[in-house]
Amino acid sequence: MTPMVQAVTVCKNFGALQVLKGVTLSVERGQVLVLVGPSGSGKSTFLRCINHLESVSAGRLYVDGELVGFRESHGKLYEMSPRDAAKQRRDIGMVFQHFNLFPHRTALDNILEAPVHVRGVKKAEARARARDLLARVGLSDKADAYPAQLSGGQQQRVAIARALAMDPKLMLFDEPTSSLDPELVGEVLAVMKKLAAAGMTMIVVTHEMGFAREVADQLVFMDGGVIVESGTPREVLSNPRHERTRAFLSKVM
Amino acid sequence: MTPAQPAAAAIDAVPLRHPWRWVSGALIVGLVGLFIYGAATNKAYGWSTYAEYLFNERILLGVWNTLQLTVYAMVLGVVLGIVLSVMRLSTNPVFRSVAWAFLWIFRGTPVYVQLIFWGLMPTIYQNVQLGVPFGPSLLHINLQNLSIPFLLAVIGLGLNEAAYMAEIIRAGITSVPEGQTEASTALGMSWGMTMRRTVLPQAMRVIIPPTGNELISMLKTTSLVTAVPYSYDLYSIASREIAARIFEPVPLLLVAATWYLVITSALMVGQHYLEKYFSKGISRQLTSKQLEALADAQTEAGHV
Repeated sequence: MTPMVQAVTVCKNFGALQVLKGVTLSVERGQVLVLVGPSGSGKSTFLRCINHLESVSAGRLYVDGELVGFRESHGKLYEMSPRDAAKQRRDIGMVFQHFNLFPHRTALDNILEAPVHVRGVKKAEARARARDLLARVGLSDKADAYPAQLSGGQQQRVAIARALAMDPKLMLFDEPTSSLDPELVGEVLAVMKKLAAAGMTMIVVTHEMGFAREVADQLVFMDGGVIVESGTPREVLSNPRHERTRAFLSKVM
Repeated sequence: MTPAQPAAAAIDAVPLRHPWRWVSGALIVGLVGLFIYGAATNKAYGWSTYAEYLFNERILLGVWNTLQLTVYAMVLGVVLGIVLSVMRLSTNPVFRSVAWAFLWIFRGTPVYVQLIFWGLMPTIYQNVQLGVPFGPSLLHINLQNLSIPFLLAVIGLGLNEAAYMAEIIRAGITSVPEGQTEASTALGMSWGMTMRRTVLPQAMRVIIPPTGNELISMLKTTSLVTAVPYSYDLYSIASREIAARIFEPVPLLLVAATWYLVITSALMVGQHYLEKYFSKGISRQLTSKQLEALADAQTEAGHV
């Protein structure tokens, strides 16, 4: 079976700046991969390449066996039209560090937005589904609240529900707990753990080593745009082979 | 848990007095009263003429024409302004420079000059032909035979307005955080849908107040259409037609001013409700509807 995500020497440049210098990894279906590393190491950029928010400069990136952002035919690459790129993204959920909920819509309407307007699901049907999702993230009573009226943790749980409403085959989490008050981190991680247990394929950029140890099937340590070390969380966390990994872990653990 | 405390007695303190507020208030009321008395007894204001012409048929026609000019020119300005602002934000260099040049010209020259220019259009372009270049002509219009000062006035005011609206709309669009576009894109929305459903509704909060300004300003700028020349708007009828005939400029100017004020006031009410509509979700404060629901829940819980 093809892996859910396969990256082959993925590089990304912003002008002369090389942010990714050949990242190769693969994520099997139902697996949780946790990406860690110092800021500026390229982990967020890599995540954004997976749903083509950034376009890859070199190498190949496949999601579910399909090339991301390009069409390949007879050994030549063709840039994808925005319409086709949007179609690819529908099946990939993304959760952001700053939630990015739509402030002018209630929690329920945030979740309804994409299924109704992108997928064309009937409103009544989508509404029932959205209520289920709100219940799943423990926010049934907040359906009519606007994002500004919710705590950070609640906002992030709505954001997760919003991404799940599109029935994604893959979920990307970009530092989902980094802008939360410490006492709110747990509620978001709990939702993510439940999601992982339900068999969702996930790639998570985070500094929460406890989460990584408990949930990750694969832990990847990135620095300077390359993968320094990867393996099971136990291998990497308790027995890091590289000096850079050791230095980083000693700071965050 | 401690049992609920008995309700504390509400505070009953002597309120702080503000004597100077009363003094300054009385002083201002006195001055305003004096001014009103002076205006009412001064013959130069011609209040009887004012009353006679306030609802004059020609004046009402002028009000109606001014309203039409304002609305049409503003609609043209907003629609073209949206197009121009999107062009300015586009990645296409041709679009960007065309929009920039439009703004440069229409913002950089006086609207009065532009209106005269539009009035001269039929002289500059006497015939308009639509057809294949160097081939047969499909449509032939002689501009000089048409009487189109109203249309030219709307075009002149509208194109000038578009340049200003473009900047207002661009400011609104850029005020929406990038994360909003990103979240929409990640959900699989197209660029157009992202604009329509995510960016513009949020940009409206920033766009509406200056647009209200523009609309009110447009209402008054219509008095310049005499440059086209178009002479059936409120100001032209009041000053050039009636006042010139009866030799009483002051009461007629007051009539015109009154109507401008009435329309402006109506517009301000409209703006207030628009602002309220587009400020949904901005404040952490609960809306009255939400507060009601919470209060209901509280009393229900209290009864149980």
